[in-house]
Amino acid sequence: MNSGNSAIVHVRDLAVSIDGHPVLWDVTFDVAAGSFLGIIGPNGAGKTTLLRVLLGLLPATQGVAEVLGMKPSELGRRAHQIGYVPQRPEFDPRFPVSVRDVVMMGRTCCLGILRFPRRADWEAVEDTIHRVGLAGLESRRIGELSGGQQQRAFLARALCAETRILLLDEATTGLDLPAQHELYALLQRLRRDLQLTVIAVSHDLLELGAHTDKLMCINGAMHIHGNPHTVLESHELRAAYRCEFDFLSDEVQARVRDEHQC
Amino acid sequence: MLDALGFAFMQRALLAGVLVATLCGVLGFFVVLKRLAFIGVGISHSAFGGIALGLLLGVEPLLAAAGFATIVAWGVGWISRKGRLHEDTVIGILFSSAMAFGVALISLSRSYQVDLFGYLFGNILAVSPADLWMLGGIGAVVLLVVGLLFKELLFLAFDEEVARASGLPVTRLYFVLLTCLALTIVAAIRVVGLILVEALLVIPAAIGYQLADGYRGMLGIAVCSAALSAVAGLCISYVLDIAAGATIVLVLTALFFAAVGVGRVRRRGSQAASNPGAVTG
Repeated sequence: MNSGNSAIVHVRDLAVSIDGHPVLWDVTFDVAAGSFLGIIGPNGAGKTTLLRVLLGLLPATQGVAEVLGMKPSELGRRAHQIGYVPQRPEFDPRFPVSVRDVVMMGRTCCLGILRFPRRADWEAVEDTIHRVGLAGLESRRIGELSGGQQQRAFLARALCAETRILLLDEATTGLDLPAQHELYALLQRLRRDLQLTVIAVSHDLLELGAHTDKLMCINGAMHIHGNPHTVLESHELRAAYRCEFDFLSDEVQARVRDEHQC
Repeated sequence: MLDALGFAFMQRALLAGVLVATLCGVLGFFVVLKRLAFIGVGISHSAFGGIALGLLLGVEPLLAAAGFATIVAWGVGWISRKGRLHEDTVIGILFSSAMAFGVALISLSRSYQVDLFGYLFGNILAVSPADLWMLGGIGAVVLLVVGLLFKELLFLAFDEEVARASGLPVTRLYFVLLTCLALTIVAAIRVVGLILVEALLVIPAAIGYQLADGYRGMLGIAVCSAALSAVAGLCISYVLDIAAGATIVLVLTALFFAAVGVGRVRRRGSQAASNPGAVTG
């Protein structure tokens, strides 16, 4: 079934086409349980497509993609163990739900159809809201929160259903630098406390390079996969972004060094 | 007015009105939150094709309409999910074709034209005991299904993509919602007619949306305002001797504008409370 090691996500020779157009090809990687993988690549590189395949929202055209040892589309009710924080979720800001209601939505699938939330479920929701630092805002309407707070509420929704893998798509879009740092510090804390495997996607190398164990760069095909130092220094990265960015390199290296020494 | 309540037809009308209004209040909640208002218009108008078919074949027209409207609703869902056409385009095509089909059938049998008025504009005073059983049956099934799947449907309305990613059978849920919507619309045709059904679906939920902070409040206000408008509309129509369906819709419209006013005052009040400097500055 899977690769036989502790890989919680296993992708081998994956190719994905949408309406006959190839979007991804030659993508091979494993993610060890408990690790933090950053996926970088320029806009339109297929990062979101890759996440959608892992979530079972898109089928693989060729190759293998397994999550928790199964094809994503066959996870069925186990799908709730994969938490998903989408890129800038589109929702009606006046939708009449509180933070507590939104987080409870995350438990919908693990509760199962025809069953109503019980006290233990509400306690799990309160606990998760607390973990992401939104205590005190439980009863606020979701649209009344700031962008960063909404992001945390969606993070809580992704986490409150016995989640084992967390997938984040451009999680820091629209956040300023301190808020980005805070979010990554929170993710590291959550990963430790909840024994999560985290996969985050971003077009911003500066940001991900500094916070993850492993980096993978894709632009259609996978260009390189390894520790952040190797990836950020590589020629493959430059090839993927199809530009030189020596002006960034020093800063990237400095930030990676700082963060990993902390 | 109170004497009128002694008449069996008036009692049946009140019961049918409150039943249908409650049903529309509940389904309208999802119609407003999932933005299905145009689908509602499409389904109600396409029911006309089913009514015409029923009249021509000698089948109970509302039963034929229920089948027809459900098939059109599924058609809209199926074609728009394929992604080749936008949902509103599909609705525009299917609803006008279904109406054209109805008009063509009706023109084949001119003698039925008298009956049509009741289906177009409703005839709540003519609700028979058999109709009431049918409305009760539809109401019980729809409320049971929506009640049991409420948390799933709410998630679907709020964020379909994440609902699907979390493992919910989103497409099946969407079709269940469309089926409930089609059945509710057909039930409501008896009361307000297919031209005005949309008002009963959208306005009560829009009142709830204006006034409530939480979805439970929105749902409660939608159901209460729908039921209130059914009772008040029926009484006013009896006293003033005007069409009942239209009166119910006009009462709802008045409630809606009142709710917009109240909502605006409340928002202004809360803004002033959270930012007192802005009032003087």
